[in-house]
Amino acid sequence: MNLHEYQAKELLAKYGLPVQQGILATNGEEAAAAFDQMGGKFAVIKAQVHAGGRGKAGGVKVVKSREEAATVANGLIGKNLITYQTDANGQPVNSVLVCEDMYPVQRELYLGAVVDRSSRRVTFMASTEGGVEIEEVAHNTPEKILKVTVDPLVGLLPFQARDVAFALGLEGKQINEFVKLMTGAYQAFVENDFALFEINPLAVRGDGSLACVDAKIGIDSNALYRLPAVAALRDKSQENERELKASEFDLNYVALEGNIGCMVNGAGLAMATMDIIKLKGGQPANFLDVGGGATKERVIEAFKLILADPSVKGVLINIFGGIVRCDMIAEAIIAAVKEVNVTVPVVVRLEGNNAELGAKLLDESGLQLISAQGLNDAAEKIVAQLAAV
Amino acid sequence: MSVLVNKNTKVLVQGFTGKNGTFHSEQAIAYGTQVVGGVTPGKGGSTHLNLPVFNTMKEAVRETQADASVIYVPAPFVLDSIVEAVDAGIKLIVTITEGVPTLDMLKAKRYIEQTGGVRLIGPNCPGIITPGECKIGIMPGHIHQPGKIGIVSRSGTLTYEAVAQTTAAGLGQSTCIGIGGDPIPGTSHIDALELFQNDPQTEAIIMIGEIGGTAEEEAAEYAKAHVTKPIVGYIAGVTAPKGKRMGHAGAIISGGKGTAEEKFAAFEKAGIRYTRSPAELGSTMVALLKEKGML
Repeated sequence: MNLHEYQAKELLAKYGLPVQQGILATNGEEAAAAFDQMGGKFAVIKAQVHAGGRGKAGGVKVVKSREEAATVANGLIGKNLITYQTDANGQPVNSVLVCEDMYPVQRELYLGAVVDRSSRRVTFMASTEGGVEIEEVAHNTPEKILKVTVDPLVGLLPFQARDVAFALGLEGKQINEFVKLMTGAYQAFVENDFALFEINPLAVRGDGSLACVDAKIGIDSNALYRLPAVAALRDKSQENERELKASEFDLNYVALEGNIGCMVNGAGLAMATMDIIKLKGGQPANFLDVGGGATKERVIEAFKLILADPSVKGVLINIFGGIVRCDMIAEAIIAAVKEVNVTVPVVVRLEGNNAELGAKLLDESGLQLISAQGLNDAAEKIVAQLAAV
Repeated sequence: MSVLVNKNTKVLVQGFTGKNGTFHSEQAIAYGTQVVGGVTPGKGGSTHLNLPVFNTMKEAVRETQADASVIYVPAPFVLDSIVEAVDAGIKLIVTITEGVPTLDMLKAKRYIEQTGGVRLIGPNCPGIITPGECKIGIMPGHIHQPGKIGIVSRSGTLTYEAVAQTTAAGLGQSTCIGIGGDPIPGTSHIDALELFQNDPQTEAIIMIGEIGGTAEEEAAEYAKAHVTKPIVGYIAGVTAPKGKRMGHAGAIISGGKGTAEEKFAAFEKAGIRYTRSPAELGSTMVALLKEKGML
């Protein structure tokens, strides 16, 4: 789950991090009032969406007056912002953050942290090259990225933060300021189950003090049960409608751009099914993991989701029955097809206990259900069905 | 031989009396696994599936001399259960539960590294099986056949796919390890490769990976240097979009890293045979073994 910039900054401020001041506005009037409250000659208006690349996409603008603040806010709110990280529709802008203007600054640094999978540790990354995409820095000048690995037994220690501060060229009072900032960030990371944390840029202001100008936080969804306050920050307007619907039924769904809907049990097999459709010349319309217990109710909901995508012209169901009997799954599929009134061709591959009986039930159902033997056969049949249409 | 589990492995079930614990313990017992009891705090002294229930792992291990445990408790309690098993002296801990917070696994791994001599498999995995001898987890026993292929995979149902295909090809399996789809797995591909390389029964290995992280790339490098047995690799997720979590917590291409193509390229570079079709895991292995004169 991702946080908005304003939510991330509020959270980090609670851990003592110096953040750029800002006031959230949901319309032009509020933005104008926020401009006055900021009291500066300029203010920066930033669209609040779950996507990077806002600046280049016109989602971040400097304004010189309360009137201009209102105009810019009104121009952003209620529209979708399309950045290189969003899909073609973009993300809806429901609010803007009216921020203090703090430029020119002395320097722009970078500080981020992730759970590094290889070292199995929370790992911080810092760089003197802030304000640009860190992936670019990592790619072009990897030596400019400092890494600090944190042992969960002792947490991030001040000496580690000092090492980074010196390496970033900070001096005097900035050292302690940075140590406080980085240890606060680690505290926030572990107490809120961050999956991703990024301050970019971390500015050294004209007076030498530090400030987080932008903040990105992703939360480990598996930990939301123990983070009620963070879970309440979820903004469903930023999520794909069908993916959101799927999550309500505990189904894993990701929309793709093809026309063959997929319903599979298990995430790995679901990806493999998409891949084999592509190998056979088709285009998968979605990823969908119905989970282990492919019951009638789940299959019904899965069908509704898949068919809500108007580009779907056929469906491939691939279930490795495992412990659940295939004839029971076949009955669930038949009942679901009847109830949802599926009109596109459906190819079903069932493997496991009683697979033959399951296939027989499907073939004799009188519905547009085509049974398949094995993965190859299934993928070939659904691709052929679509080619015939 | 086989790896990690065999007919002598004594298994305790953590979360024994719950719905999942009950169902899968029944299946495991029917398969012939030596399930020796389980733990459900507060139900100690009773019996379940004709087996003793204990309040604590320490007590359970003392009474049963178990060497392995399987965890079915809900995600919020998994860290607690893993550490309890470690402290009770269990050497093989298989965690089936899905949805464990990553930072909990970080701590669990740290604890296990410090203790030494303990192997954790999972979480978010189907478990481990040595066909005909011992099944710990939720995989369907009947598709397996004792044989010579070691299988390691991040995905449950894709493991079954590899199993069904190697069974159909008459190769059978030595041991199948589902390492799970989380970002921080207890056992990695490299760990599994090392185990299979050292196991006389395993003649060849199927390694199944998926998008996200760099575990497959690291495993490919490891294999080039340390594994002499034939390997067939497969990676799921060629068609997965960037930045989207594909069901598994660990299956995400982030920052442009962890794509299927990068992983196939790592296989190529390490000289590992691979297939791009999940339907050809078995046939690719048969072809490879024939080339090597092993079939």
